[in-house]
Order: sequence, then C-alpha cells, then structure tokens
Amino acid sequence: MFLCFIPCICFFFFTPSSGFVESYARLADFINVYFYMQLILSQLLNLINSGDHLATGDRGGRVVLFERIDVRSHGSRKDLEKQDYPTIRHPEFRYKTEFQSHEPEFDYLKSLEIEEKINKIKWCQTANGALFLLSTNDKTIKYWKVQEKKVKKISEMNVDASKAVQNGSIASSSVTPRRCLPNGGCYEGHDSHSSNDLSFPPGGFPSLHLPVVVTCQETSLTARCRKIYAHAHDYHINSISNNSDGETFISADDLRINLWNLEISNQSFNIVDVKPANMEDLTEVITSAEFHPSHCNMLAYSSSKGSIRLIDLRQSALCDKHSKMFEEREAPGSRSFFTEIIASISDIRFAKDGRHILSRDYMTLKLWDINMESAPVATFQIHEYLRPKLCDLYENDSIFDKFDCCLSGDGLRVATGSYGNLFRVFGCIPGSNEAATLEASKNPTRRQVQTPSRPARSLSSFARVVRRGAESPGVDANGNSFDFTTKLLHLAWHPTENSIACAAMNSLYMYYA
Amino acid sequence: MAATDEPLYPIAVLIDELKNEDIQLRLNSIRKLSTIARALGEERTRKELIPFLNENNDDDDEVLLAMAEELGVFMPYVGGVGYAHVLLPPLETLCTVEETCVRDKAVESLCRIGAQMKESDLVGWFAPLVKRLATGEWFTSRVSSCGLFHIAYPSAPDQLKAELRSIYGQLCQDDMPMVRRAAASNLGKFAATVEPSHLKTDIMSMFEDLTQDDQDSVRLLAVEGCAALGKLLESQDCIAHILPVIVNFSQDKSWRVRYMVANQLYELCEAVGSEATRIDLVPAYVRLLRDNEAEVRIAAAGKVTKFCQILSPELAIQHILPCVKELSSDSSQHVRSALASVIMGMAPILGKDATIEQLLPIFLSLLKDEFPDVRLNIISKLDQVNQVIGIDLLSQSLLPAIVELAEDRHWRVRLAIIEYIPLLASQLGVGFFDDKLGSLCMQWLEDKVFSIREAAANNLKRLAEEFGPDWAMQHIIPQVLEKINNPHYLYRMTILQAISLLAPVLGADITCQKLLPVVISLSKDRVPNIKFNVAKVLQSLVPIVGQSVVEATIRPCLIELSEDPDVDVRYFAGQALQACDQVMVSG
Repeated sequence: MFLCFIPCICFFFFTPSSGFVESYARLADFINVYFYMQLILSQLLNLINSGDHLATGDRGGRVVLFERIDVRSHGSRKDLEKQDYPTIRHPEFRYKTEFQSHEPEFDYLKSLEIEEKINKIKWCQTANGALFLLSTNDKTIKYWKVQEKKVKKISEMNVDASKAVQNGSIASSSVTPRRCLPNGGCYEGHDSHSSNDLSFPPGGFPSLHLPVVVTCQETSLTARCRKIYAHAHDYHINSISNNSDGETFISADDLRINLWNLEISNQSFNIVDVKPANMEDLTEVITSAEFHPSHCNMLAYSSSKGSIRLIDLRQSALCDKHSKMFEEREAPGSRSFFTEIIASISDIRFAKDGRHILSRDYMTLKLWDINMESAPVATFQIHEYLRPKLCDLYENDSIFDKFDCCLSGDGLRVATGSYGNLFRVFGCIPGSNEAATLEASKNPTRRQVQTPSRPARSLSSFARVVRRGAESPGVDANGNSFDFTTKLLHLAWHPTENSIACAAMNSLYMYYA
Repeated sequence: MAATDEPLYPIAVLIDELKNEDIQLRLNSIRKLSTIARALGEERTRKELIPFLNENNDDDDEVLLAMAEELGVFMPYVGGVGYAHVLLPPLETLCTVEETCVRDKAVESLCRIGAQMKESDLVGWFAPLVKRLATGEWFTSRVSSCGLFHIAYPSAPDQLKAELRSIYGQLCQDDMPMVRRAAASNLGKFAATVEPSHLKTDIMSMFEDLTQDDQDSVRLLAVEGCAALGKLLESQDCIAHILPVIVNFSQDKSWRVRYMVANQLYELCEAVGSEATRIDLVPAYVRLLRDNEAEVRIAAAGKVTKFCQILSPELAIQHILPCVKELSSDSSQHVRSALASVIMGMAPILGKDATIEQLLPIFLSLLKDEFPDVRLNIISKLDQVNQVIGIDLLSQSLLPAIVELAEDRHWRVRLAIIEYIPLLASQLGVGFFDDKLGSLCMQWLEDKVFSIREAAANNLKRLAEEFGPDWAMQHIIPQVLEKINNPHYLYRMTILQAISLLAPVLGADITCQKLLPVVISLSKDRVPNIKFNVAKVLQSLVPIVGQSVVEATIRPCLIELSEDPDVDVRYFAGQALQACDQVMVSG
C-alpha cells in the first residue's frame, strides 16, 4: 500500500526574531512518540507528539502548544469514510498556549553567553489532566507543567471589601502588621493572648465565615516550571530522552551523557564520558542519544563518526563500554575528503517496537536491526544529486546541517527532511519500494496537487511523488532542490496515525495520509 | 459586621487570607488552620472549613504540602475520633496531586488519622477511600493508595480483606512502573498486617511477580521487601521462598539490583538461620564483595562489619577476611574508603589474636593509602581497635599518617584531621600527644586558611577539656600566648579567639593571671579589627572573672576603647560595657 500524504493544516508564524514549537500529547492513551522540528531561517521549531498535542520550540526560547480538536471516534470516522467525505478526516489542530521556556543567560564564571534557543522538547507522563514536558537549551533543562485551571473569584470576605479597598495599601502594609498578621511573626503572641483573654466558645464565633469562592466557567492555561536541571553540562546539550520507567531521563552533550531523576534537580549521574584525557586526542563526539522505548536499562547514542552504540545501564555504573556498536564498513576506494563529515549522524530514533533504530547522516537514512551490528537492514538515499556538490555545501557550511528523522507508529515507514523544504517518506518493510518526496509549502494551491483521490504514483523502479511548484526557484525539473537556505530539519510522526508535522521556513505543516 | 470587632479582627483577616493572592499569606493562614478551626467551632469546621479546603485544592504545591500536614493533626478540631472521617475527603484529593512530596505527606497524614480511627469507621470510610484511590484513573492516586493498605486491612471483615489483597495484587501488576514501584516498596508494611496463611499464598505470589518485573527500578525495590518479608515468615518458609530469590538477585544482571542486595543481605541472615547463612548467604556475600562493579563493592564493603557480627568468628575469618584483604587494595578509592570506615569495627568481633595477625596489616596498609579519605576513615574509628589490641601496635604507623594529613594541601583534609585530634589524644594518651602532636596543634593556629585556624582554636579548647586545666597551663597556654606577637593581625585575631574559647574551660584564676593581661595589652593594638575583637572577648570574659576584676581591669579598658576613633571599636566597646552593667545589676 502506498500512502499519499496531503497537507491538512499549516500554521504560519511571522515572528521576526523568534519562532515557536509544538507537540501532541494524547490524553487517552499515553503513547509517547516524539516529534521534533526545527525551523531555520529566523527561527527554530521543535515538535513533539504523543497524540493529541503538539509542542514546538524556537530560537526565542518560546514553547508553543497546539491541541487536536477534531473528533477522533473511530466509529464515526468509519461512517464518514463510507459516506465519502474524505476531507473531514483531516486531523485538526489549533493553537493552545505558549510560554517562555528559556531566557538568554550569561555564565559569569566562564564568560559565556547562553542562548535561549530551544534545542529539544520531550513529552513526559501525563497526570491529572495536566501536560508535562521537558525543554532544553544548550545548558539548562526545564520541567514544565501546563494545566487548565478554572478561574475562581472570591466574592465574600470577613473584612469589609470596601474598607479593604480603602485601606488597600494600608491594610496590608501598616494596619495589619500592627496586628502582626500577614507574616505570622508576631501573631503567635497575639493568638495566645486572644485565646487566653477571649477563649473560643464551644460553638465558635458565628460572625466569622469563610471566603465564598465562585468558580467561573472560563478556564485559563498556566505553564509552571516545576524543576530546573542546570549546571551539569560543560558542552552543548544535543538531546534529552525520557525513560520508560517514568522517573528518569538522560541529557547528552558532545562528550557526556547524564542520568537524572525527574524529582531531583540538584544532582545527576554521569553515565557516559567520552572525553579523552587530552583534548587533542578527541576524534569523536556524541551527536544524539535516546532511551529504548520499553527497556529502561537500554539506551543508544550516535557519534560523529557514524556509529551507533547501544549501552546497558545494568552492566556498570559508568557505561564507557558499549554492549553493541552499529557501524557500516565503508566501501573500499570510496573515501574522500568529505567521507567523515557526511558520516556524522545527526539524529537517531528507536522504533516503537524497540527492535529497530533509525539513523540519519548527511546523505542517507539508515534503518538498523539491533540484532545486526555489521550493516543497516535498509539504506535510503535522501539527496544523492547533491553528491557532486559536496564542495559547495562544505563552503557554505550546509554540510553541517543536522536533519531529524522519524518513524511511523507502526514502524512501516520512515521520514526525513532535505533542502528546498522537501521531505521524503520511505516504506521500510523488506521489498517495499515506496518512496515519496513532498514539499512543505504554504501555497494553498499546492493542495490541489495532493488530493487524496490521486494516490502516489509509482514511477519506474523508484516511486516518487514530487510536489513542486513553479515558484520554487531552487527546485529543478527532476524535483531536486539546490536551494540550501530552505531546509526542512525538523519533523515528527504521529504516534498512531499516518500524519506528519514538519517545520519549514517559519511555518508548521501537517500532512496526513 | 461583627467580624470587625476588635478581638475577632485578626482571625477574620486570617480566614480571608486563605484566599489571598500572596502565597506567603495563604501559607501562613494554612499553618494557622487550627486557630481558624477553633474560632469557627467544631461543627462549622466540619461543615464549612473542611469542604472549603476540599474545594480549594488547586493551590501551589507549597500550600498543599502545608495543608496535608495540618490535616494530619486536625482531629481534635473536628470533634475528635468520632468525626475523623470528615478529614478524609480533602486528604484523598491531595493523594492524587502530581507533586510527590504533597502526596507522601497526605498519605502520612491519612495513616496517622487511620491509626486512631474506630474500627467501624475504618471499614465504613477508610477502606472505600483506599479502594477508590487504588482504582483511580491517574497513576498518582494509585501510587498513593499503596501506602494505605496496611492501615485499612487489619480491621476489615474477611470479605473486604480478600478484596483488598486482590486489589493490591492488581497494583503489583499495574501498567505504570511508578505504581509497581510504590507497591513493591510498601509490600513489607502491608505484609506485616496480613495473616500468615495468606502471607504464604497471596503476598508471596505478589512478591514473586515483582521480583521478576522487567523494569530494573521495580526489581530493586522488591529487594527491599526481601528483608521485611523474611522477618515475617518462619525460618523454613523463608529458606524456601525468600532465599532462592535473594541468591538469584545477588547474581542479577543489573548492578543496581546487586547493589541493593549488598545493602540488605545482613538483615536476612537472622531470618534464615545460621545454617542457611553459612551455605547460601556467605557465598552470595563473598560474590558481592568481589563484584566487578565498584558501586556494588562499595555497598558490600560498607556492610562488612554488620555482616560479620552475625557470623561466627571462624566463618568470618575463613570466608570474609580474604575478601577484605583484597578490598584493602581495591582499584577504586571509594571502595577502600567504604572499607576503611567500617573495618575497625571488625576488631572486637575477631578478637585480639586474629586482629593482630590478620587485620593489623590491613589497617596499616590503609593508613598509608594515597587517598586521604581512606586514612581519615581509619583514624576516625580508632577507639574501636584500641579496646581490643591497644594503640601501641598502631602508633608507629599512625604518626606519619597523621602528620601527612595534617600537612595535606587540601584544607578540607586538614580540617577533617583536626576534628579527630581530641579523639586521638584521648586514645593515645598525654605522653604520646605531648611528644608528637602538640606542635601540630600549634602549627594549625598559623594556617593560611581561616577555617583551619578557627578549627585549631576550637581544638585547643577540646584538648583542654580532655586533659584538664593544669595540663593546658603547661602545654598550651605558653605557646599560644607566645604567638600573640605575630606581625600579621589575622593570626593575632586567631589567638584572641583561642583565648575566648579557652577561658571558660580554664576557670577564673588562670584567666585573670595569664589570659586577661594579654587581652588588655592587645587593646593598644594598631589594627581596629583587633581592638573591637578585644572588646568582644572582654565581654565574653565578664561572666567568668570576678566582679572586682571587671571593675578593676576590664571596665577601664573598655572605657578607653569606647573613646576610640574607630566607629566599630566604639560600638563593640559600648556593647561590652552594657554587659558589664547588667552583671552589676544582676550581681
């Protein structure tokens, strides 16, 4: 079966210096698959997903949340399909709230400016109807709680309201302190005095009454920072990942991975340290790390040399020794100046079954079986047409762009971004030749091209659907893009459905199939 | 409005502030909840205040925490035990919040209330609450429920008991690891209330489930249950059910689980009896002492004394001692440090001969360890070994170790050894001390780091207490007073401090004869800081010396200082003069 992705929603963010983020957290069943996106241009955008909510983070340190508003009842959906109203299937998202997660800081000890830019966002366990997420910039991780609160108003007080207003400032600053109340400091004395002098009658004082609180219908969303995990990383944090045990998470920087307990913000354990005794011997850095989706003791991290290491936290406290290492031997004779640079892995993801790991390096997307260390089970070329242009890409630093990758919830498809706001989707079951290229674009006419009535066409041996528009100057006749400024770095797949959210330019796009 | 009556006004404000926008004020009102309750009377507390609290529980965690704490001791204000159940609803809500410390406090308060409730009320109110929480939609309430079963269970009728057991069984298999962890860590408490017949069936099967959980974090909490359960079961049942589990755990793939076993193992020895200990637990413990993960060895090494206390000396010498020898040269300094902190305790267990033959070489090698913590840990427990073999055998190696620590370049290490000097002095005796350590104590007074000088001054005081004023007169006072002419004012200040500390110990005579003249002479110092410290010291001397001395010597000096050009000197001289006056009045 080929999937045809059609755009269903796009959000535009015209913020000159900052962008935003979004994520999904499904409240009914908390399947955590996380989406990420990054938007380069003036902003960075992260996107995470666990179903009903989408979170995005941006360069300005803001986190923006979106929520799903369409009815997701399967019964009714089936009915709708029968009635042939395919358009109603669109997952609909709307803006939920936003908050400032990080502020620019200055580390005075190291004379270092710390940008507020959000590097990663992860959804955590939902509890009591509140959403929880971790967000991080280069140095500091924060644990956020976003909760809807009913607005409450206090209607009756003991002390006359009008008097309180009159005495407003006095009541709180001079009169009340004389009565030694607000800070409790002297109240003890007063209290004992009154309880001696004026003993409490058994029935109490009928004249006293409790404030009457009226709950309004309107609700307000509040985001509260519950924990700040700081001062544990000497280098820039590139990933955070929470554990299936629900109480710990890891944060990885270039040389170290630390293990935290969500409840404890003042200490963390260093579990991986690849820093050589002499920094001149440094040949390899950590680029990404993620916990296994169900085994709380396993995690994988990728390196700039193109290898993925699987470590078992049970083996020892300091996991410098990996239990498995996934690496592809390079083909003899293919070595060039760029070999090492393009081998660097920018992102790794576990499939939901925990059996496969998806990795993205500059030119390819690779799918690994954790039982086979010698080679990936599948390799997908993302933009092979750029290979002759590596020199140009090196000159303008594009070769160091870090693209995300993602897997569908069922593990049958993988997706990653490319240049010219293009992203590619591949089928990854053995024998599948499914491949599609889509463009994230805000031109509404583009939707016409992608109606569900026109499934992805299979073109000769490699099936590809090219969404291209005449107004995209960087895209040539073959659908190849040479516009290196419009890159689609961040995208995320819905945990259970075939829908993808991606960030391109200053917009967030949703595609569904 | 009557509420504005003068005497009621404070309480009225206090009540209003339950809903103030300022969190500090709300917090203050919650902490004074008992006052509010008394002002409202028992009936209105039950009918108005408690429902009010129950409805207004979306506050900040800090306020909720205070509320959970207050409600735990609120029974007298709602009308005593008979009305205890009205306190349950607000606490039930607090059991569901996501902040762990609030939940824990709410559970604690519920347990406290439940422990006092009448049996019929427990069945009618408490047990349904536990069931509601245990089947709650969010994991937070299910986590809280695990800590309440042991209160609800004992008074329940049979049918309810069976129900509670089965609910607990479900919690042990909950989808969320957090809930399984809570169930695992509370299993011991719950098991203690369950009848022996069900213990062997229901509880043991729950325990077995937990020990086979695929989450490390759950399994390692199940280890904690081993010891608790072991104590409840009869010896043969314990051998049959718990022993295999713990032996299995001691070889678990996860070092965290083995770490927990290493910490708990000695507690099980009693439960399984000496025979099983010898056959199964000793080999398991030996394996842990030789574990390839340093963290596990640290935990095992730290328990070596406790474990040996349970064993017969022969077993300890035969099996444990060889491991201890290996550990004393372990590659990890933390393992050696953990060993050093407990190994001295083995001396009384093994007896004199074995200690001299086997332990002494280990002590000596640890005393020469390159890592200061190891040496410090040995020195800190010196008294235990002294009782068995006397200090003489050790003193030879002790001195170099002490001197080296005393001159360590890290001031925290120097600080640590100073703390132990009084202990060493009492163990080693006056003679040894005078010969070897006396000069060190003086040397520290001139350390470059303030904390060391401060500790050194304090150390002199403790030594004077240990050896008495006469000894101090001979061995401390002359050297200390000599240093008063140090050209650097900071060192002179240390001496002043030492004097003020020593004076109360040495008594009025020595103070007046020896110390006071020096202090008075310092009042002519050129540094104002010294002068105002003189004023402070004089103030502290006032209660020690007689009134005549105060009038004759101290007061004139203070009066002089109170006319000093420096404002601080004048201030402290004034303070001291006031103190003199007070003594006059009270005297």
